[in-house]
Amino acid sequence: MLQIDDLQVSVEDRPILKGLTLKVNAGEVHAIMGPNGSGKSTLAAVLAGREGYVHTGGAVHYRGQDLLALAPEERAREGVFLGFQYPVEIPGVNNVYLLKASLNAQRRHRGEPELDAFEFLRLVCEQMAFMGIPEEFLRRSVNEGFSGGEKKRNEILQMLILQPRLAILDEIDSGLDIDALKVVSRGIEALRSPDRAMILVTHYQRLLDYVTPDFVHVLAGGRIVRSGGKELARELEAEGYGAVVAGAGA
Amino acid sequence: MASSKDDLERLLKREYVAGFITDIEADTVPPGLDESVIRLISAKKEEPAFLLEWRLAAYRHWLTLREPRWAKVAYPPIDYQAISYYSAPKSGADAPQSLDEVDPKLLETYEKLGIPLHERARLAGVAVDAVFDSVSVATTFKEKLREAGVIFCSFSEAVREHPELVRQYLGSVVPHTDNFYAALNAAVFTDGSFVYVPPGVRCPMELSTYFRINAANTGQFERTLIIADAGSHVSYLEGCTAPMRDENQLHAAVVELVALEDATIKYSTVQNWYPGDEQGRGGIYNFVTKRGDCRGDRAKITWTQVETGSAITWKYPSCILRGAGSVGEFYSVATTNNHQQADTGTKMIHIGPNTRSTIVSKGISARHGQQTYRGLVKVLPSAEGARNHTQCDSLLMGDRCGAHTVPYIEVKNPSAQVEHEATTSRIGEDQLFYCRQRGISAEDAVNMIVNGFCKDVFQVLPMEFAVEAQKLLSVSLEGAVG
Repeated sequence: MLQIDDLQVSVEDRPILKGLTLKVNAGEVHAIMGPNGSGKSTLAAVLAGREGYVHTGGAVHYRGQDLLALAPEERAREGVFLGFQYPVEIPGVNNVYLLKASLNAQRRHRGEPELDAFEFLRLVCEQMAFMGIPEEFLRRSVNEGFSGGEKKRNEILQMLILQPRLAILDEIDSGLDIDALKVVSRGIEALRSPDRAMILVTHYQRLLDYVTPDFVHVLAGGRIVRSGGKELARELEAEGYGAVVAGAGA
Repeated sequence: MASSKDDLERLLKREYVAGFITDIEADTVPPGLDESVIRLISAKKEEPAFLLEWRLAAYRHWLTLREPRWAKVAYPPIDYQAISYYSAPKSGADAPQSLDEVDPKLLETYEKLGIPLHERARLAGVAVDAVFDSVSVATTFKEKLREAGVIFCSFSEAVREHPELVRQYLGSVVPHTDNFYAALNAAVFTDGSFVYVPPGVRCPMELSTYFRINAANTGQFERTLIIADAGSHVSYLEGCTAPMRDENQLHAAVVELVALEDATIKYSTVQNWYPGDEQGRGGIYNFVTKRGDCRGDRAKITWTQVETGSAITWKYPSCILRGAGSVGEFYSVATTNNHQQADTGTKMIHIGPNTRSTIVSKGISARHGQQTYRGLVKVLPSAEGARNHTQCDSLLMGDRCGAHTVPYIEVKNPSAQVEHEATTSRIGEDQLFYCRQRGISAEDAVNMIVNGFCKDVFQVLPMEFAVEAQKLLSVSLEGAVG
């Protein structure tokens, strides 16, 4: 589904990604781990299409298309979802309103009929119950007044409603206590499917206790320096990034 | 001007002796302002003596005044002698004969605003008779109003048909001494609306300038007077979303509202006068005095406005809360894009006991737009138990626009409760990206955020305006992000 070849990206003339290669197939869950500043969030941002990142080399293909040539909303409508590390607040814009507009934009793009307010509300309430989100959410503006944990749960809720093909979760576990982490993980697991690929960008191994990855990659110095199965995560936990990165000669 | 002035004086003196002037050959008075021009205007309109005297008193007072320069707007000096103060309605021969002759960009805007086809012709100034039968539509409404006893006509007609009402109320809310532009308007006003709602009557429909017959070319110095007698209710809509062009650059209108005991007046404005080109050249100056007098107990006056046009907007729709328990409200959305400037707000004057006022002002600035909210909440010693809540919010799009807030609060009664809240925010790149990442286009995202920002005001607009206002906002802020 996703093929990244030797991707090079700079931010303000500073190279951040220096030749990243990665292949993700449908049905797979990949974890990308690495020390601070290694380029993890940059990768997520570039895949989603955020401005400020200069593509200086390499290519990214998503389901056969040149992903970097598409506008952010086009990528979204093709099924790319980014779970933000720091979800932003949008006062005055109702949570449900935004979600409905998003879902219908994607449905329109796929030639599917749009959901009306009643159908949509039913769908939202179902998923809200599953994620343990209180009814009050329906009346609030996007992320306004949400705690960090609530914002992350909102990201997962959106993912459940939008049903993306490629979900990229940027440090979804940061700022979560154990209970919140369990709920979030439950949401992620509910989305695991043979048609869907997921990339979990994370620092810590803890999330991976709840969501078992098929592949783990270590990103350091702008490149993937080592790949392995879920045991690699435990190795990192035990020995730290330094050892693993040094061992890979990065 | 000297020789024409002599001609005019001769002409006028001669005709004046004979009585009212009926057919005057010259259709347009050359530019310039002096007493003879005013006499000419009054004579052309066949006004009674009291009105001519009123105009002249205003003109003489105007001569003693100096143009105010305290607002936060900048413009080159206006040459009052270069304005023509009277011109007859355009004849059908000069107007475009069909939509094919109308500027395509204008038509494009009508399309974007969703204006129905038959209305576009009227708005573009196409010779109306050639297009559709507007008379029958307006006639139906006139019938309904007549049955209810509501008077709704042009100001000129009111002067002819109901001079006693005009005389009783004209200038009682905005006297000619009020300010420079009010004095000028009182001297040279052309036409406007007149509404009178009898006691206990709820006007059966919203009154709109669209249905006021004979609205041709009267925008320059419009004068409107609305009187809601005891226990009556009326909602009035002014303006339209279509961009209106006019050769006349200065628009100095005056609107007076009088609400007697238990009466309610809701006055809604959608203003989209031509704002000038991208460099700000050629736009309309909209310098307006609007004031409502809650004369009776428990009277209520609500101003709602959506101001997106004009090169410069300078207006403070206000309420005088005289009656006990009277209520004044002001809901406004103002946008300034490109090089537009706006210094706008309201004045709530609490005089009687237990009066309440609500102010919700939303200002959106984009590109080089400059916007100032200037509000006054004044509580006199007699205003026992006064309450005010003010919310003024600014939204900035981009990094070269400006939003300024100048609130004045003068409270002379210790039992008053006055609350003022203000916020300033930007449409952040992060917010836009968030929406786009969810599949919403940048343009739709901006509209969503702007609408969320304006929600409190849109909710109180009359329904037809609310829908149009949203569209209007998106068109007027087009391309502002980037």
